[in-house]
Amino acid sequence: MKPFRRTLAGRLLADPQAAIAMLIIAALVLAAVFADLVAPYDYSAMNLADRFARPSADYWLGTDNLGRDTFSRLLQGGRIALYVALTAVSVSALIGLALGMIAGYGPRWLDNVLLFSFDTLRAYPTIILALALAALLPRGLSTVIIVVVITSFSEYGRVVRTQTLSLKHAEFILAERAMGAGFGRIVFHHLLPNVLGPFFILAAMNLPVVITIEAGMSFLGIGVPPGTPSWGATLKDGFDHIRTTPWIIIAGGLPLILVTLGFTFLGEALRDQLDPKLRRGR
Amino acid sequence: MTQPILTLKDVVVEFPGLRGLKGLMAPPEQRHVQAVAGISLDVQPGETVAIVGESGSGKTTLARAINGLVPLAGGEVWFDGMPLHERPDWHAVRRRVAMMFQDPSGSLSPRKTVRDLVLEPFAIHGIKLDDPGAKAADLLATAGLGPDFLARYPHQLSGGQARRVGVARALALDPAMVLADEPTAGLDVSIQGEILNLLNRIKAQHGLTTVIITHNLNILRHVADRVAVMYLGRIVELGEVEQILSTPAHPYTRALMAANPEPDPTARHERITLKGETPALNARPSGCEFHPRCPVARPECAERAPLLGPTPGAGQVSCHFPIHKDEMNTA
Amino acid sequence: MTDTLTIERLSVRYDTDKGPLEALRDVSMNVPAGQIVGVVGESGCGKSTLISALLHLLPENGRVSHGAIRLEGDNIVGAPPRRLRDLRGRDMSVVFQDPMTSLNPVLSIGRQMRDIQYRDGGSRTEKDRRSAEMLGRVGLPDPDGKLSFYPHELSGGMRQRVAIAMAAMMQPKLLIADEPTTALDATLEVQIIELLQELQRELGCTILFISHHLGVIAELCERVVVMYAGETVEEGPVADVFLNPAHPYTRKLIECDPGRLKQRAETLPAIAGSLPDLTDRPKGCIFRDRCDFATDACADRPDRYFVDDTHWAACHHTDEVRK
Repeated sequence: MKPFRRTLAGRLLADPQAAIAMLIIAALVLAAVFADLVAPYDYSAMNLADRFARPSADYWLGTDNLGRDTFSRLLQGGRIALYVALTAVSVSALIGLALGMIAGYGPRWLDNVLLFSFDTLRAYPTIILALALAALLPRGLSTVIIVVVITSFSEYGRVVRTQTLSLKHAEFILAERAMGAGFGRIVFHHLLPNVLGPFFILAAMNLPVVITIEAGMSFLGIGVPPGTPSWGATLKDGFDHIRTTPWIIIAGGLPLILVTLGFTFLGEALRDQLDPKLRRGR
Repeated sequence: MTQPILTLKDVVVEFPGLRGLKGLMAPPEQRHVQAVAGISLDVQPGETVAIVGESGSGKTTLARAINGLVPLAGGEVWFDGMPLHERPDWHAVRRRVAMMFQDPSGSLSPRKTVRDLVLEPFAIHGIKLDDPGAKAADLLATAGLGPDFLARYPHQLSGGQARRVGVARALALDPAMVLADEPTAGLDVSIQGEILNLLNRIKAQHGLTTVIITHNLNILRHVADRVAVMYLGRIVELGEVEQILSTPAHPYTRALMAANPEPDPTARHERITLKGETPALNARPSGCEFHPRCPVARPECAERAPLLGPTPGAGQVSCHFPIHKDEMNTA
Repeated sequence: MTDTLTIERLSVRYDTDKGPLEALRDVSMNVPAGQIVGVVGESGCGKSTLISALLHLLPENGRVSHGAIRLEGDNIVGAPPRRLRDLRGRDMSVVFQDPMTSLNPVLSIGRQMRDIQYRDGGSRTEKDRRSAEMLGRVGLPDPDGKLSFYPHELSGGMRQRVAIAMAAMMQPKLLIADEPTTALDATLEVQIIELLQELQRELGCTILFISHHLGVIAELCERVVVMYAGETVEEGPVADVFLNPAHPYTRKLIECDPGRLKQRAETLPAIAGSLPDLTDRPKGCIFRDRCDFATDACADRPDRYFVDDTHWAACHHTDEVRK
């Protein structure tokens, strides 16, 4: 066995940037998972007597226009954010992975067709597509997920395609074919493991982007249904009362900043550690 | 004479010359270039034939075409009575025809251990092994590596060690024929001997038929029975190895042999330096395709293409004015 | 005659995860002015580290830990940046193995050749004239027309000629050729060897020619330096070293070259064993583990033993080796 400090996890922990990133992510995940236990109040409980309360020992981050505790709502919102991000990223990443490998390893004409559709989708502005789809589909988390999947799978597809294409004519792939290996074996045993590195990095970097899209759509009122404590919805509430009670919008932005920092740091650290050329000290 | 195990008849391999719209608008003869332009060759069972030539000669493409890695555009390939030009079951064919690639480490899947790599042929062909670990160690031992290599990854191997793993893989299924593309490429001189000794030993033990593709003329004498010299996708000379080395009949063969600097500072180099470089495949010269670089070309060489015919020795050569043995000493 | 380049007990160290790696240890050699000196060695012998050290282009984790590099007598180890700029390109220039990667693909040949004359005065036309003259000298047909060409429009052999023209252009004190023929076919290799010989005759270049190919060294060079595992093990005139080697490694290496054997050999010679781990150099002679001549004396690292004035080997047993 390799000593722990030489494994990927060991090397990540030794990198201060990655260690901070993992700390932030762990805190966010734990808070979201145990939201019900950690939250001081029920996220939907209204307390009209304490409307627009300033941050205090009772209400750590104050309350909103209906007297609901902002901190409890943000914790609950973390659940929604993680749910949307994980589902949307895994679905779009898997679609992108499959299509990218087909484009890269399949026949040339299919590559051209897929590449054309990737580029078309990528050229289309996310927010316009989101508005259009929101008009067609019922309001809810699944609409958010569908929008994210449609707009982002092509990015994975492109990265995976490029990676696959560069491996397609590598001698080790030829060597496997010359031994009689079939399509499935080459794709799953020999191409896939070599494509996964950059693919995971992209997925890690994309998680906060998806969370921001969800927040953005909820902010615009085309995301989660009213009353749902998503981060975007909290921001929207805060925005409506920004002159009188600025703490809501400030508090609502904090988890977004943290989550973006956390996953971006992790993605960058992963990239450095998975690419031997960037690994320091050799 | 016994039945040849491998027969090539006018084998042609084409690559697309111009792609896309340009290709569609070009005259048909420019849409494709011939990397292999009509090769005929018989290989007897147990024989070792070396195919030599410089880059662009089509030697690697020819080996890949035999194994179906690139499609044939024409001609016939017969292996042990099976027509490989008529959509054969490649899965079955490749079990009996093993191939070794140029780059010793680059031809090993980078995220597999040596153990997985040498057992891969069995997995591909669905062969259950009683004791895979022992079999893997066994194969490695045949190739001269100890069992401590089983857990290593390709990037942890030196060129020579990676080459040995390649040999172990090629031998795993006890093939009838091995196609070895540049078996000494990327290896230091001090290792080359070991690898060639290994190949020679295995060939003798298993009665393997071998086709070696190489540009390393120094090894020919020690590994090959016969030599085919390729230029621009055609065989320009074919013969017994000693005959090719001592009395080459084609001016190109002769230049190639002479262009090989010897590690002997006292050696006198009576060399014919060829003019220019190998022309591009889409700009084949007229007549004899070697005539623009040929030191002994005459006007008719530009007009009429020579055919592969018998040499004064026992080989074959395609040249209007082949060099005779007695000219070797005076030239 | 003075020496253009003298390397004295040069050691280069890399800091790695596994601890310090001594890539070069006590490397010494002399390159007399106007000669072609070959450096021969197999992979891992430190040839590329040597070039990087000469040009002060060692990677971040590498440094010269000991020794001196003298160019016409001046020690250039640790020279100030200004001096280094003059050093590269004007005092020393390099021809690399692959001309496709050493030439800039998006600039024309003429532009690139003009750029390296930035230190000189003169008009653009004047510089182009000099470039074309140099290209003609290295055997490019129609040199004036070639100035407007881009690297990809030339064949491999022609590109290497351009790279040589660019390296020789500034009349450097030392031209370093790093395996310049390895990427080329045999018939082109010969053309390049002949070109280098011609340049040396006509311009009096001093050339340090690095190669793993014994045949090329034998034909081209006057002197040869043999390297093994980061050490110089033998140095001398090519004829002496190749015909009467004084170091067991040199002797083995020459025996191993299959081109030497004129009869079919059932068993080809090879050097058994592998390179020592350079992060944990063995005590004593570096070649000891693979050497047929090794004795207890080899537990002490041998110093240079001079066979005659110009030929030495780092071995305790030179006399037996030369028998």
